[in-house]
Amino acid sequence: MNRMEELLRAFRNIADNPKAQLEKYRAEGKKAVGCMLYFCPEELVYAAGMIPFGLWGARTQAVEAKRYLPAFICSVLQTTLELGIRGAYDGLEAVMIPILCDSLKGMDGNWRYSVPHIPVIPVAHAQNRKTEAGVAFTASQYRKVKARLEEIAGRAITDADIRDAVSVYNARRAVMRRFLELCARKPGLLKPSERNAVFKSSCFMDVREHAGMVSELVALMEEAPAGEFKGPKIVTSGIMADHPNLLQILDDLGYAVVDDEVTHESLRFRADVPETEDPIEGMARQVGNIEGCSVLFDPEKNRGKMLVDLAKKSGADGVLLVLTKFCDPEEYDYVPIKRMLDAAGIPAIQVEIDQQTAENAQTLTALETFRGILGY
Amino acid sequence: MDDHIERKPAKIRLREIAEKATQDAWEAKLRGEKVGWCASNFPQEITTTLGIPVVFPENHAAGVAAKGGGQRMCEYAESMGYSSDLCSYSRISFAYAALKECPELNIPQPDFLLCCNNICNCMIKWYENLAVELDIPLLLIDIPHLDAFPCDEDRIRYIRAQFDDCIRKLEELTGKKWDEERFKEVMAISQRSSRAWLKAVSYAQYTPSPYSGFDIFNNMAVAVVARGTVEAAEAFEQLAEEYEENVKNGVSTFKAEEKYRVLFEGIACWANLSYTFKTLKNLGINVTATVYGPAFSFLYDNLDELMAAYSYVPNCNVFERELELRVNDAIRHKVDGAIFHINRSCKHWSGTLYEMERQLREKAGIPTVVFDGDQADPRVFSEAQYLTRIEALVEIMEENKRKGARK
Repeated sequence: MNRMEELLRAFRNIADNPKAQLEKYRAEGKKAVGCMLYFCPEELVYAAGMIPFGLWGARTQAVEAKRYLPAFICSVLQTTLELGIRGAYDGLEAVMIPILCDSLKGMDGNWRYSVPHIPVIPVAHAQNRKTEAGVAFTASQYRKVKARLEEIAGRAITDADIRDAVSVYNARRAVMRRFLELCARKPGLLKPSERNAVFKSSCFMDVREHAGMVSELVALMEEAPAGEFKGPKIVTSGIMADHPNLLQILDDLGYAVVDDEVTHESLRFRADVPETEDPIEGMARQVGNIEGCSVLFDPEKNRGKMLVDLAKKSGADGVLLVLTKFCDPEEYDYVPIKRMLDAAGIPAIQVEIDQQTAENAQTLTALETFRGILGY
Repeated sequence: MDDHIERKPAKIRLREIAEKATQDAWEAKLRGEKVGWCASNFPQEITTTLGIPVVFPENHAAGVAAKGGGQRMCEYAESMGYSSDLCSYSRISFAYAALKECPELNIPQPDFLLCCNNICNCMIKWYENLAVELDIPLLLIDIPHLDAFPCDEDRIRYIRAQFDDCIRKLEELTGKKWDEERFKEVMAISQRSSRAWLKAVSYAQYTPSPYSGFDIFNNMAVAVVARGTVEAAEAFEQLAEEYEENVKNGVSTFKAEEKYRVLFEGIACWANLSYTFKTLKNLGINVTATVYGPAFSFLYDNLDELMAAYSYVPNCNVFERELELRVNDAIRHKVDGAIFHINRSCKHWSGTLYEMERQLREKAGIPTVVFDGDQADPRVFSEAQYLTRIEALVEIMEENKRKGARK
């Protein structure tokens, strides 16, 4: 096994074993705070000397969660709540819950009664996020979050702490963007499942450790010969593209993911936090700079334009829209975005993914067909 | 006194006001004025003060569904690529924006969109898509879900800034000018309407209730579309007077013996309104509590309170506040049970109802049932399930009454 294989295996191992990661950090005397889905202010957790820990559900069956959530709430939240109830997140000091979609708006209430031993820290972002009033509001909410984190950490979080955290996080964003670029430049070097593990592992790792491993991988990818890739190249888009069966199908059918507009993947790394005098203001401004996500106000559907650009720039043959079942922001976006892709002459297909399903025969058929459509 | 006797009944006046609001928008459109599509919980003080004609896609969708067009319009939107998982109001709206007319109910097409997400973020996605489909401007007043009660100063400041920004943009868009004096007048009238609406609704605390709870679903349309008009204020005041008179005379618009009093949670199933109502009526069940009273009354004494008031709509409150409103209403209006509509369209509202049901049952000491339905898509509703659940509720309420009588 060469070093690149070792690294990729390590990323996968971490991505598949979040509980072991949590226990490892706790054994080191570190506290961890859950960050449910998208755009929680991780830098503040890190500035307090704690580990932000991503909660994005898992492939499991929701049973206890069904006492709280109707069946038509997405499986990401169903399984996240299920894991909380089952005790999988025991050891987290608190969980941050944003309110960026309607299903999340109900999560804080449900969580408080179903997982009472892990306190909730609500995170509100402005949807009019590019305006000064919006930035000021998001910043005000981040300050509230900061105060809660200080209680948990048992110490003050200074502006210098936040600036350091922002700097570390921006450095990781930079190396992740190099990784993205290399995935586009050298298709086939990493399988889709390997590429996913690099992103997913970031949810369960100290940012410096993760950045260090990615830097090493990036250096090896730079050195690796580009080779000739003969399979279909795609850009993925959606909240998550993480289901093991989906990744296996993409691997088996020889797809290469040359770029993505996936919230769980590149959208967390595309926009740096601007370095401002008040570092929290910079963090709030970053929310206004993020494009491509269905849960952030996007009156001109820049997401569609961005997706068309990503597909063109990366030389993709087509776009795979990964719909998290019952995610209404994604379902709304599908219609205008598909039309924009059609208008640009970019072939696109949507597959619906539910974290609770073990069987994905339909996805296999769809992606086999799509490969044919793309001429492979 | 003679004048009083000769007045049209309030419900007729209210219906006429709602119809006139749409008619006014049509006439404005014909005059060449710009007409907006507006979210039901958008601060109407802005549009009323500026004199900007608006119509309400949520009311339109409910009206289309009540007249039998819900399924056809939803299916049309699905043929456009929209998932059947999406809010049925929005599906009807997408279909209408594409078709431009429908036999059940027509409203003018929009020149701009006024969105407010205090009831749900689905509104944002719905209006984003309309803005792109129709290539028209979209103004959003973002009211973030509350994490505590009352509304905090950060939110008030943010809402206020958007309020001011929205006025400026609407002035540019329509050429109309903001008038502070008119604004004060509109606020005063809106308060008058809201107080009268709340007063009218509160008469359900009497036993028997002087009105059928389903009347609220019809009358609230005016609370949405014309809260800031004198006509609406007067009609609501008249409604309250009529209910008071009914209480004195021991009569009711509920035309059956009121054997049981219930809280109805959720939006009405507009496409199945008749069945849902008659099933209750036939069993002697009157709805004496809904969250719609407080939902469409916005009480405030100053500008900051006005901003906060728009964050107190159902779905925007923190869970514990939502629960408190229901428990208080259930107790004050002496309900024997509660019916929870798990509305397939509404992820946020439905997403907390199981816990709400458990806690209401315990805190108000009443039996509860849930049923599956939808606000406008009849395919989701099952008459058999609804009937079975309601019958089960009646059995428990009956047993409770028997035990109570024995004590």
